Amino acid sequence: MTVYAVPGTPGSKVTFKSRYENWIGGEWVAPVKGQYFEDITPVTGKPFAEVARGTAEDIELALNAAHKAAPAWGKTSPTERAAVLNKIADLIDANTEMLAVAETWDNGKAVRETINADIPLAADHFRYFASAIRAQDGDHAQLDGDTVSYQFHEPLGVVGQIIPWNFPILMAVWKLAPALAAGNAIVLKPAEQTPVSILVLMELIGDILPPGVVNVVNGFGLEAGKPLASSNRIRKIAFTGETTTGRLILQYASANIIPSTVELGGKSPNIFFSDVAQEKDAFYDKAQEGFVLFAFNQGEVCTAPSRALLQKPIYDSFLGDAVTRAKKIIQGNPLDTDTQMGAQASNDQLEKILSYIDIGTKEGAKLALGGERADLGGDLTDGYYVQPTIFEGHNKMRLFQEEIFGPVLAVTSFTDYDDAISIANDTIYGLGAGVWSRNGNVAYRAGRDIQAGRVWVNNYHAYPAGAAFGGYKSSGIGRENNKLALGHYQQTKNLLVSYSENKLGFF
Amino acid sequence: MSTPTITASVTIAGETAPRVELTPVAVDLLRSLWEEHGPLMFHQSGGCCDGSSPMLFMAGEFITSDQDVRLGQFDLAPAGGAAQPLDFWMSAEQFNYWSHTFLTVDVVPGRGSGFSAEAPRGVRFLIRSELMTTMTPFAAPAGADTVEAEAAAPPAAAPVPA
Repeated sequence: MTVYAVPGTPGSKVTFKSRYENWIGGEWVAPVKGQYFEDITPVTGKPFAEVARGTAEDIELALNAAHKAAPAWGKTSPTERAAVLNKIADLIDANTEMLAVAETWDNGKAVRETINADIPLAADHFRYFASAIRAQDGDHAQLDGDTVSYQFHEPLGVVGQIIPWNFPILMAVWKLAPALAAGNAIVLKPAEQTPVSILVLMELIGDILPPGVVNVVNGFGLEAGKPLASSNRIRKIAFTGETTTGRLILQYASANIIPSTVELGGKSPNIFFSDVAQEKDAFYDKAQEGFVLFAFNQGEVCTAPSRALLQKPIYDSFLGDAVTRAKKIIQGNPLDTDTQMGAQASNDQLEKILSYIDIGTKEGAKLALGGERADLGGDLTDGYYVQPTIFEGHNKMRLFQEEIFGPVLAVTSFTDYDDAISIANDTIYGLGAGVWSRNGNVAYRAGRDIQAGRVWVNNYHAYPAGAAFGGYKSSGIGRENNKLALGHYQQTKNLLVSYSENKLGFF
Repeated sequence: MSTPTITASVTIAGETAPRVELTPVAVDLLRSLWEEHGPLMFHQSGGCCDGSSPMLFMAGEFITSDQDVRLGQFDLAPAGGAAQPLDFWMSAEQFNYWSHTFLTVDVVPGRGSGFSAEAPRGVRFLIRSELMTTMTPFAAPAGADTVEAEAAAPPAAAPVPA
């Protein structure tokens, strides 16, 4: 067990600056209007740094810097860009604990997750896209004996990216890595709940990149996000967030006729067929853990397995064992490596989760575990902690249909395969899903029949670079984590070349 | 004079009961934001980080379509003042799952993201929900007979399988 020192105290892995400005053109730039806002750590509910409250004027400065940098960066060779991405990855790896503690303090999540998942995955994503861009070939076709079509990948130019708060560094990297690999310059706006950890990352890696290739402007959505998303100076906008803002961003993109990739959440079913319980062996233990993964990252994951579907014959026994297991979740100081569940990211997030617990109860769902705010006492008493919560109910309840984005699980039963698929697909979302069965045929068919972009079969919540990630239905458009993402940041240039000396003969 | 609760007018064809209301603190905040920004609209969001929250935009900023339902219209104007209409919208597909609940727009401290207009004030709109007595709370669970909306009072507790 290790308890990391609070940032800024003796022995801490990270000391935050008292004030963070915008990162524009390779240097810190004060916001034009001179305004700042407080960044609050969810761990204690107290402010710990001031952050630039950027506006349209700052977005323009960042776009200026990006447009200045884009032509040269776009002409670098894939070899050079890959070397830059690999250097970034090495620096992240060399500073895992520092970044992990910064991320935990900004977001509230348990440090064992940031150390073992968020930060190593961030480094690996840079390495993956360093490899992917070097391995990417253009295309050609000999259309007839004298005519050849060549297709080249070209960067889009300057792109905008808006980042969510649930994995502030990793979600930024999911978007930065493919965009940089493809040769674009970027203006990135972090979430206003978690504006600082990305800037700590930029302090670390900023000098590796040519000035202006990555620019970070903080601020509120209306004041900084909208001017970025609606700007006619970007060639693409990428967004992870919720459906209404996603639609708004797509509307802005349509006004500028630019592409947009949006990842908009989910209400992911986690299906357990009866055969998982035919033995109480290692696989059963794994499946039980798979059920309890609803509490991973305090439930603040777009793909959180927030609907558990249990086949009727094992409903009582499997749920009973799982509730017992969920009761053992260690909730505590997020800086303690033994802590399994930390704080929700913000006060309004906490309030929203509690409001869903309330409607769940009113709808007649049966509470099997938790259901209240958790007071962890001491310095943590004002932090944003919620008990792991399990409800039993049915799929038409709002509890089963809305993304609560907290450690709240809705459990129901199903009779047979068709019933399972029907319930699983009865949702407006289609981001993630889980299927658990010892029967490979059943698991495969279920995986194909569920309308979701990512179906985990006999596992959950793994996000390795290389496995394409993105939504069906109202969960969004586009794929990340895979070389497919390069295509979201590239133009296709076709050179159609005639090697014939002979005229067409039309005129 | 203390700020009243404001209940939205009925805007869905064939319905007679209101679906949305504003708490007094929400009314005060909306009046203040109206002064700052002019006419406003709500669109209820689903999903992900800052989702499942009502998003407040300048009126017309968010383009609604046949894929949206207007749940009601508020008039923010104080008694005797010129009308200040504010529509509350939701996507039609989301409304399929929300239609049995009455929504109260409240305000809590916090920092929303998205492009909602109140975020710079350090507060966030929040939905509180009640079951509507005039709506059937749920489409029938699997195996049961289909129940038409508005056909009957809701059961005291929804059936819980298993």
